Amino acid sequence: FANLSYSSADQVTVHFINRDGERLTATAKEGESLLQVVVNQNLAIDGFGACEGTLACSTCHLIFEKDTFQNLGAISDEELDMLDLAYGLTETSRLGCQVCVKKSMDGVTVRVPMDVSDIRKQLEVGKQSKQ
Amino acid sequence: LLQHHGGAQVDIYEKLLVPFGLVRFGVAPDHPEVKNVINAFTQTARSERCAYYGNVTVGRDVTVAELQQAYHAVVLSYGAEGSRVLGIPGENLSGVYSAREFVGWYNGLPENQDLKPDLSCETAVVLGHGNVALDVARILLSPLQLLRKTDITDCSLAALACSKVKRVWLVGRRGPLQVAFTIKELREMINLPGTRPVLNPADFTGLENAVKDAPRPRKRLTELMIKTALEKPGERKMEGQAAAPREWGLKFQRSPQAVLPTADGKRARGIRMALTHLEGSGDTAKAVPTGDMEELECGLVLSSIGYQILPLDPAVPFDTQRGIIPNSSGRVEGVPGLYCSGWVKRGPTGVIITTMNDSFDTAQSVLEDLQVGVLDVSSPREGFGAVGSLLQSRGVHPVSFSDWEKIDAAEVARGKAAGKPREKIVDPQEMLQLLGH
Repeated sequence: FANLSYSSADQVTVHFINRDGERLTATAKEGESLLQVVVNQNLAIDGFGACEGTLACSTCHLIFEKDTFQNLGAISDEELDMLDLAYGLTETSRLGCQVCVKKSMDGVTVRVPMDVSDIRKQLEVGKQSKQ
Repeated sequence: LLQHHGGAQVDIYEKLLVPFGLVRFGVAPDHPEVKNVINAFTQTARSERCAYYGNVTVGRDVTVAELQQAYHAVVLSYGAEGSRVLGIPGENLSGVYSAREFVGWYNGLPENQDLKPDLSCETAVVLGHGNVALDVARILLSPLQLLRKTDITDCSLAALACSKVKRVWLVGRRGPLQVAFTIKELREMINLPGTRPVLNPADFTGLENAVKDAPRPRKRLTELMIKTALEKPGERKMEGQAAAPREWGLKFQRSPQAVLPTADGKRARGIRMALTHLEGSGDTAKAVPTGDMEELECGLVLSSIGYQILPLDPAVPFDTQRGIIPNSSGRVEGVPGLYCSGWVKRGPTGVIITTMNDSFDTAQSVLEDLQVGVLDVSSPREGFGAVGSLLQSRGVHPVSFSDWEKIDAAEVARGKAAGKPREKIVDPQEMLQLLGH
């Protein structure tokens, strides 16, 4: 009954849309980074968080909905520097290790971006279906 | 493969005794966070369905054909061991090294331990504008008290302590818009304690405008260079910047033509470069010599113009023009059951995430082929059962992952005394002795 020590107000639900389109739902604690959520909840996202949250890679790149994105904390130069290397960068992209869960994010959906090989496969499938 | 296929057994063969390749031998000692990925690798290696065999040179101790007989699928991911050659006179003079050798030297790669780079000159020239070029410049100019706390080898630390190098020029054939290094590494260099950046404002005229509509990464990188070039020496807020003893700078549109020898003809004393102008723009811009030349005095030349993949085994097709193994999504052309991933598949560029995603792509090809029956697993293959006997008969003794963990523990223990994360063992014989082999 360890969970009794946490009030339900601390729990935040976050949905991750994985690269294959599958929706993964996780319960997060306020203050946890989204990388910690993925790791702690053992979500099946390949290669997520290679540098373990030290701003040395861009593998925890996540895409947010516009309004969620606008309410996130400020982005540092260091995060921008690493995001610059991310594949499929969007206007609402952030690194999961730098975004901490807030109560106001309850029910939010984030998307795991596709990588180069995913795009290539999509193009190949597209080509095949046109033949 | 292990995650997406419940029955797969994966054996890894590595030439060196120790695993991890460039993460151990390529990533700079002062970038320990980049090495965190070792934890994910270690977890994979410890899986029951994964075995590591170090000290086995494929192509010599066991052939690719023999591996193909023993396994349902073989994946080649042996990277790029060689360096691109400059092909200019004086390249073999004392004082001229490839960046790869220099990096191998300070990172403890056994084959580069005898490099003994000559650090007795004041000025060093690094040819190339990539992250490796920045790495070597940074290691040459970093304050010793910072390097001392890293996993840089003891030997190279001692050599750097006696180094007279106080100025490093990074020379590239093309312009600021074609630099291959990335912003995090550039920012680090600009902020390197005890040093001052020397960027010529004239190199950046009109560039602010040129990158106005460029993709964000190129724009931010260029803006950082422009800002740094336009700063006055007194403006820098860093400690001791005005009286900085060391400096580094970027030189553009200069193509190396010859390394000039000292009077006795033995050592490098300078480099002659052809000034170039650019034809075209962006990534595909070409540097064309204008006919004008320039000479730069230096006693150390580090060539950082890219790695080169070396052919492994006659059974493996090799595209000499593109310098890679010909393949389609990691399936080696014309050789069923043979795959490739990483630099041998795409060429020697990119950061960890690029290579990681590329490997996932190859793994996907293997999984697909297993699923549709392109790889016939109806009859079992012997795997290490067959290879192990071959190796034994040839006097080759593989090193296991738990052997590596013993070496790892010893390195960490030795490092502790010196306040370093580890003290790398650089002699393979010493490693074997430690293991009681």
